[in-house]
Amino acid sequence: MSITLRVNPIACVGHGMCAELLPEIIRLDRWGYPILSSPAVPGPLAEHARRAVQACPTLALLIEEAASKHR
Amino acid sequence: MTTLALSPPRPPAPAARLPRLLAGIGAQPADLRRHEQQHGPMPVLRRAGRLIDVAEASGLTGRGGAGFPAGRKMRSVAAGPGSKVLVANGAEGEPASLKDRLLLSRLPHLVLDGMTLAAEAVGASEAYLCVHDTEHGLLDHLDLAVQERLAAGLDPVPIHLTGIPDRYVSSEQSSIVQYLNGGPAKPTFSPPRPHERGVHGNPTLVHNVETLAHLALIARYGDRWFRGAGLPAAPGSMLVTVSGAVARPGVYEIESGTPIGQLVMLAGGPAEPLRALLVGGYFGAWLPVQVAWPVAMTHASLKAAGGSLGAGIVIALPASSCPIAETARVVRYLAEENAGQCGPCVFGLPALADALGGLAYGGGRDGGVAQVATLLPLIERRGACRHPDGVTQLVRSMLRAFPADARGHERSGSCAGVGRSPVLPLPRDEQSFR
Repeated sequence: MSITLRVNPIACVGHGMCAELLPEIIRLDRWGYPILSSPAVPGPLAEHARRAVQACPTLALLIEEAASKHR
Repeated sequence: MTTLALSPPRPPAPAARLPRLLAGIGAQPADLRRHEQQHGPMPVLRRAGRLIDVAEASGLTGRGGAGFPAGRKMRSVAAGPGSKVLVANGAEGEPASLKDRLLLSRLPHLVLDGMTLAAEAVGASEAYLCVHDTEHGLLDHLDLAVQERLAAGLDPVPIHLTGIPDRYVSSEQSSIVQYLNGGPAKPTFSPPRPHERGVHGNPTLVHNVETLAHLALIARYGDRWFRGAGLPAAPGSMLVTVSGAVARPGVYEIESGTPIGQLVMLAGGPAEPLRALLVGGYFGAWLPVQVAWPVAMTHASLKAAGGSLGAGIVIALPASSCPIAETARVVRYLAEENAGQCGPCVFGLPALADALGGLAYGGGRDGGVAQVATLLPLIERRGACRHPDGVTQLVRSMLRAFPADARGHERSGSCAGVGRSPVLPLPRDEQSFR
């Protein structure tokens, strides 16, 4: 399984927790909204990504688990 | 055998390929009798899915702007589970587009035929015709047309007329679906898309009213007839709205693939020397006249030219106008029309409008071209709908088409064209802001 992240921009109000917990992938723009450097999460960061998803107060950070190519 | 019905009373002669949709259009709305004289009665589908096959074979694409294959969209809705819903989108949000209003106001039965045929084809049990709730006259006369058909027993699936709020983003298909579900007329986060889960949770076919009008004719005359106009890769005819500095602005029906220059000549030619054309509406792109002139009116050609076909809008900008000021004014309008939902759009578009206003009128205060260029990637692809991306495409095309103007504004603060009255129309023009 590989995981990707996605922001629901309607739900996101810019708390910024995600950028605190996953700075390797997420930074905040000048207004405080997350910018993902890449939606794909490298394996070693998967746990941090899940934690960031759980920490989002508005449930705006989503994790999508895609089956790998070798299904 | 590709037609769905027995031959209509007056099959269109192959020599005169156009008009099709606009055949027999008069100054008054065509009533049911007049409509049937022109096109024959609405054909009876021999089999529910038949129209989907014919629509796919015709190559018809959505005429609302996105250009998705109409038949494929119908097939995916028809294949979905449970009840289905049909939505006819007649809420023309583009300030420079008049084609949907023309169709609905003069040829309502063409659209209503298309609705009933499409509803039957996908197995819909509900059908909605959506127009802006501010258009009282249009709603009234559409209601008359619906009543006329009710009396004639034409529409097995009752057609509900629905007024939706008159805002730029409210005609986006997910906005309409959310509104019909009792929510605000604002775009939603997807998936699910309307064809998966739409009105009342059911698979929902949202077609532009012009698309449905084409379907009404394709059901009568067949897919080969449809392909008899236009290009093999972009068949059929399309409605376009031409405005700005042309002698005869208005709505025209052209063959898909008509070169833009030919379209401008069809609209009477330039009313004064032209500088550029804005093609595709406010999510479209500026193209210098020489670049635009030979470009074919198709999604593919305009994409290759760095623009988009959109809903078939062409606005001619005279040489005496300032493209920077025109763009700044429209971007301010689009910024104010954001749905207030996604941060990058809520904050980014006003910042972009400020930067452009500074460039247009203030010699690059607020950072000039550099600030504009910095903001664009902070806005693009970061909203739930395409509103922010449409705006950035317009602004990028301005920077590409008019680099000397942008530099000139930075250097000398403004230009002579800024004083000219604006060419790009806005719905609130009477309030005149910049």
